[in-house]
Amino acid sequence: MSSAATIFDFHGGIHPEQNKTQSLQLPLGKPKLPQELILPLGQHIGQASRPLVHVGDYVLKGQTIAINNGFLSSFLHAPTSGHIKAIEEKAIAHPSGLQDACIVLEPDNQETWCELHPLPLWQESTKTDVLTYLAEMGIVGMGGAGFPTQVKLQGAQKNNLEYLIINAAECEPYITADDMLIREKTAQLVQGIQILQFLAEANEVLIGIEDNKPKAIERLQNELRIRHLEKQIKLVVVPTKYPSGGEKQLIQLLTDQEVPSGKHPIDIGIICQNVGTCVAIYDAIVLGKPLISRITTLTGDALSQPQNVEVLLGTPIEHLLNYAGCDASQLQRLIMGGPMMGFTLENHAVPVVKTTNCILAGTAKELPQPAPEQACIRCGMCEQVCPASLLPQQLLWFTKSQEFEKAEHYNLFDCIECGACSYVCPSNIPLVQYYRHGKSEIREAREANIKSDHAKIRFEARKARQEAEAAEKEAKRLARTKPAPKKDHDKKVAAGTPEAAKPSTANDASKKLKIDIAIAKAKLKKLEKALTTAQEEERSESISQLQIEVDEQKNTLSQLETELSTVAPAPVKTAKVTNSEEAAIKQLKIDTAIAKAAVKKIEKAIKRAEDINAPELGELNQQLETATSRAAELDKSLTAAKDAFEKSSTEKNSITVERKGPSDTDQVASKKLKIDIAIANAAVKKAKKNIDAMKSDGLDESAIEASGLTKKLNENEAKVTALQAQLAQLTPSSTNTSSDTKAEAPNPLADQIKKQKIAVALAKAQLSKLNKKLEKEPENAAEIQIAISEKQAAQMVAETELSQLLNTQEKN
Amino acid sequence: MTTILIAVGILLLLSLIFGAILGFANVRFHVEGDPIVEQIDAILPQTQCGQCGHPGCRPYAEAIANGEAINHCPPGGQATIQALADLLDVEAIPLDGDHGEETAKRVAVIREDECIGCTKCIQACPVDAILGAAKQMHTVIADECTGCDLCIEPCPVDCIDMVEIGVTAKTWSWDKPVGPMSRPGNLIATDRQPSTEASH
Ligand code: SF4
Ligand code: SF4
Ligand code: SF4
Ligand code: SF4
Repeated sequence: MSSAATIFDFHGGIHPEQNKTQSLQLPLGKPKLPQELILPLGQHIGQASRPLVHVGDYVLKGQTIAINNGFLSSFLHAPTSGHIKAIEEKAIAHPSGLQDACIVLEPDNQETWCELHPLPLWQESTKTDVLTYLAEMGIVGMGGAGFPTQVKLQGAQKNNLEYLIINAAECEPYITADDMLIREKTAQLVQGIQILQFLAEANEVLIGIEDNKPKAIERLQNELRIRHLEKQIKLVVVPTKYPSGGEKQLIQLLTDQEVPSGKHPIDIGIICQNVGTCVAIYDAIVLGKPLISRITTLTGDALSQPQNVEVLLGTPIEHLLNYAGCDASQLQRLIMGGPMMGFTLENHAVPVVKTTNCILAGTAKELPQPAPEQACIRCGMCEQVCPASLLPQQLLWFTKSQEFEKAEHYNLFDCIECGACSYVCPSNIPLVQYYRHGKSEIREAREANIKSDHAKIRFEARKARQEAEAAEKEAKRLARTKPAPKKDHDKKVAAGTPEAAKPSTANDASKKLKIDIAIAKAKLKKLEKALTTAQEEERSESISQLQIEVDEQKNTLSQLETELSTVAPAPVKTAKVTNSEEAAIKQLKIDTAIAKAAVKKIEKAIKRAEDINAPELGELNQQLETATSRAAELDKSLTAAKDAFEKSSTEKNSITVERKGPSDTDQVASKKLKIDIAIANAAVKKAKKNIDAMKSDGLDESAIEASGLTKKLNENEAKVTALQAQLAQLTPSSTNTSSDTKAEAPNPLADQIKKQKIAVALAKAQLSKLNKKLEKEPENAAEIQIAISEKQAAQMVAETELSQLLNTQEKN
Repeated sequence: MTTILIAVGILLLLSLIFGAILGFANVRFHVEGDPIVEQIDAILPQTQCGQCGHPGCRPYAEAIANGEAINHCPPGGQATIQALADLLDVEAIPLDGDHGEETAKRVAVIREDECIGCTKCIQACPVDAILGAAKQMHTVIADECTGCDLCIEPCPVDCIDMVEIGVTAKTWSWDKPVGPMSRPGNLIATDRQPSTEASH
């Protein structure tokens, strides 16, 4: 042995029948191409990939046919050249037997490779580049759940790694795929490990292998000796015991460290990779070949030629069974994976995926029907064999009685579903199935909880918005009732100077808008401040709530700004100002818009980062700050430019200046007043709210009286009315009603036609509704008939009106 | 006598001190809102459908806190009733059929070419899950839809359907095993069925 590494032990474990020799009699087989390859889009943990190809496309071997769809997703490549036959729901290898989206590829038997782009200079590339490259090559963990390799390694970049462990234990009975892989591809494996070590930079590299693979051990030792790597890569032979290949168990065997409950190996500075993954990494980086095939064990007594095969992903299991000489009459149960952790396949047409390490075609003698379940006798055998040191009988008790909280408390999620407990249970209890059921119930409940929390936030945000809208309407209504008497006064002014009337109204409107904008901006700033404090204090619920409010506020702000920009051009035209200034302002506006968009984008990113608890949060927050400050700066310069622009325009247009001079000061004053009113209004609202809250808290009137809130409220209300009265005296300028109506009805005819059309559609819909009703409720037939005929008449009228309108429009 | 007086005095002093601390804590650590209402609200499904007769889940939570029956929420179904019963320590009762039946999870889908863009559904949706503008086609954001049915009624052209969310491979969950009592009289090993006896 190359190293005298100490081997430790883990709790429990069992020694089931090995059954590994059957599939090692024949050399590595290479089945012919099947009729079609079925490539599920979700071969890995996380989001399904997004297809890049369309039905009928011709693809080359190795061409990317689907790309990743989020953080935990992966790429998918064409295993051979041919045509895309379909992209549809097909049965996949899943314990549920359900269907999922798949790309179906019809091979043309040419095996034409696409252009390959290996990365021979990986040692000189940055790690991020290599990781991105691996992601694009569709590399996922080939031992277990199909965890995208680059994600695992990305985690390694952040921590200082103690160990890189290569998992070659392959502890489950029957499976020999890794054994065969090590024998056949020793050199590739070792080079793959070197690449991994370059990426992981662990202090020590260990290969853990069970002592039941003497040939593989010998080849590996030779290879390491030839390459003089015995010092860097230590081969550790561990005794055969199921489940030594479990990630946490192997770590314990090799390092005597226990991964704490609910943590990952990476948290204690260890990373585990399967040997298959190492070879896939070598293929990708040195040869440029994406992950399109894998070694799978075909075994079981129902096969006449059990063996290992190198098989293209997407090959239907049926095809492989035929290749290995399956006797259908003998086949009792078809299992994907091993006898301990695999699952039964009902459908033989399902394809091989990236994580398929074994197909077990068992006879009735080999895999008998499980004996009927008996009650637990509390013998404690399950506890003795559990490699995760759990209390299986307690877990059984709690999952059975649906007490999932307690099951979680007993670390249900640490169960690796190895099946050791079910194997030894004298009462034949399918313990693992109970645990799987419990786990999925808990997961479902968690998801439902997340969803309902989300709905609650949205519901409350909507309510808040509606209240704000109602308040705004109320404020507007109040504002409208006040300026009424000023109209004649204004008209007098307008009559004196007919040409000037228009620009001044436009000016007025823009002023008003500007005030609105100022208010909106102030609100926005306040909200943003609240948001940052919330983020600092990590109150997640209020963060998202505030986020929504901030977004809304921004929307209203941008709306107001666009309104302003539509109103603003009016005085510009009369003033005839040089184009250069206009252009400068436009440029500034665009810059501001871009900066604001950037702010929004970053905010979104932050939210996403918060969702997944990503560590880049701090960085993003910083980015946000700089972006917001830039937006604010631009905004400032924009207003400055606008002011300058306005000044110059007033100077140029001396006639208007004379008239505008006095009213300008008035306008400034009125602006101030309006702001005061708004503030006072807000105070009133707040006071009212406080009072309401107190009322709902059950305090009686006297207590409220005592708190002085009512007094405050009354004071504020008085202030508002006083201010409004002042404003009314001051502002002799609101002739906007007339201009508003003009602007709103530029084409009355077209509008009418549209309205009529909708009326017709409505009438039709109502008719169909009534007809439906008639079918449903024959008892009320007479009534409904009458209603129908009425509706028909109405529809006719509407239609004739519509045609008349259309006619007049044509004539015009 | 003096010892008794001292004892009484000390106790009085202590009670005053603790009273002050408690009073201070009550003010200083005052919890906003009614915690029991919060807890009930957290259990309710937040579909905001109003089938319980209240304008949203929170009002129903308040009503439950004030003594209303816990079986008025069809979207939550028996699971919610069970959770409420556990929380409030009352008996779990079956769902009240007057408020509707428990259905599978659904989302609203607008038949987009039939939509006339009246925006009525937007106004009805309690969680802003519908997207559209006046006289434009509308659509439902399926991820946000709670399946409350509230947009169905106001649509003047009846172009909204409720579609069941099927089970996918990602949302599928393992069944619970049938358990040992599935075959009565099977408690003793010698009672095993013929099929397993054959292999002896
Ligand atoms: S081995 Fe089976 S019978 Fe024994 S304690 Fe565990 S679950 Fe119960
Ligand atoms: S299946 Fe779970 S509980 Fe049973 S022995 Fe394995 S880890 Fe322990
Ligand atoms: S019936 Fe609807 S509104 Fe009432 S609690 Fe249940 S989900 Fe909420
Ligand atoms: S209520 Fe119906 S017609 Fe109106 S916008 Fe919604 S889907 Fe369209």
